[in-house]
Amino acid sequence: MTALIAAVGRGVLLTLSTAGAIALFALNALSHLVRPPFYGRLFLRAFIEFSYFSLPVVSLTAIFSGMVIALQSYAGFSRYGAASAIPNIVLISVVRELAPVLAGLMVAGRVGAAMAAELGTMRVTDQIDALTTLSTNPIKYLVVPRLLAGTLALPLLVLVADVLGVMGGWLVGTAKLGFNSHLYLANTADFLQTMDVVVSLAKAAVFGFLVALMGCYHGYNSRGGAVGVGAATTNAVVSASILILAFDYVLTELFFAK
Amino acid sequence: MSAVPKIRIRGLVKRFGEKLVLDGINLDVPTGTSMVVIGGSGTGKSVLLKCILGLIAPDEGSIEIDGKDVLAANGAGREDLRANIGMLFQNGALFDSLKVWENVAFGLLATHAVSRANARARAGEILAQVGLDATVGDLSPAELSGGMQKRVGLARAIAGGANILFFDEPTTGLDPIMGAVIDGLIVDCVKRLGSTAIAITHDMASARRIGDQAAMLYKGRIVWQGAADDLMDSANPMVDQFTHGRREGPIQMELRK
Repeated sequence: MTALIAAVGRGVLLTLSTAGAIALFALNALSHLVRPPFYGRLFLRAFIEFSYFSLPVVSLTAIFSGMVIALQSYAGFSRYGAASAIPNIVLISVVRELAPVLAGLMVAGRVGAAMAAELGTMRVTDQIDALTTLSTNPIKYLVVPRLLAGTLALPLLVLVADVLGVMGGWLVGTAKLGFNSHLYLANTADFLQTMDVVVSLAKAAVFGFLVALMGCYHGYNSRGGAVGVGAATTNAVVSASILILAFDYVLTELFFAK
Repeated sequence: MSAVPKIRIRGLVKRFGEKLVLDGINLDVPTGTSMVVIGGSGTGKSVLLKCILGLIAPDEGSIEIDGKDVLAANGAGREDLRANIGMLFQNGALFDSLKVWENVAFGLLATHAVSRANARARAGEILAQVGLDATVGDLSPAELSGGMQKRVGLARAIAGGANILFFDEPTTGLDPIMGAVIDGLIVDCVKRLGSTAIAITHDMASARRIGDQAAMLYKGRIVWQGAADDLMDSANPMVDQFTHGRREGPIQMELRK
């Protein structure tokens, strides 16, 4: 019994100390946001990696999600004669939840993993130490541009995903479920609220920050050669995914709970 | 030679958990001297360099450069000290996301001290100093051989005109001829810049080529210090065993069971 309590205690302490280390890492990075020098070229590269190169995977995910939501909600709602609510259901589901969450998860798998692998490799091959010896702060040079890029790029991706997700629902609604195209779109436009889009983009900004933070933290602190880099990559994706889902609940509670 | 050593280390102690890696290191490196630190794997040589560079914080002791306490320096003070230090890492540690010329001119580019065009021209000049054609600057580090990577690493280390140079295993992984070439370049660069240097190595031929003075590290302590020319006949049984690569002797290999 004592051993069990000790094990639980160690787990709690480890979790708390890791959370503290991540918070300090983030604060350290944020403190460099407003202090020169600024690395615009690195920000631009990270921004393009986050946004442009993630566009195909996020777009496909959004379109198929919208299509599935239309099909599934039709199957359920038509039993109660509420099939006309399908455009609204698709809109709410996509804009409020699916677009930001799925885009965040996709980007965590694509960019977060790559970020952790790149920084992890730099760590184990002494490149991060080399930066320090060249009078360059590695946090400012490596982490800050990525955090900024993640925070600004994901809202753009989610904006695209919002549109494509709704279009996916429209496609299934008109081509398969017999909705009138004009009515479907008019219904969607009537039901759309500014707050939904604002919260969707706010969630995206938070998720983008989390993806970049987890990628940078685990990569920057990786140890032990190829195995360590592999572990850092896995940890970056897993922790970012869990945090996205946890923060999604918190933000939904904050903005939409009555 | 100045009375105050360029680098003065006193009572340096570093532990990693229970393991004592540096156990009260005392070392003076006079200005303009090349000090070679030899010792087996895991004796703390790289940790010693990283402590001097401020990459690792020691648990006890002091490190002075030009009489200034490195460990007591604040962020800006430490940056000033580092600006005078160049480091050649064991594996080169070239930034593989950048081209060779960007690696060499990294210090200039990062501080926005000069335009990219001027930095590129300057990188070409420095590459020439380490025997590389300026066209190599357009390659990425992954396209270079091990010897060329070491040369580029050396070029990057000297690009800022450092008056202190550190070399971590400069000839590891190179064939004997390329090792001799790198050693020759190191000696030339140190002389041309009038720098003070610390090199750590396992390679005895390299140690004698690079070093004016030498010290041997064993179990976190300096067990011998003298002229590099005396390495092969030091009369110290530990140095003798190490330099001649003898299996039997006072140095006991700790094999993990």
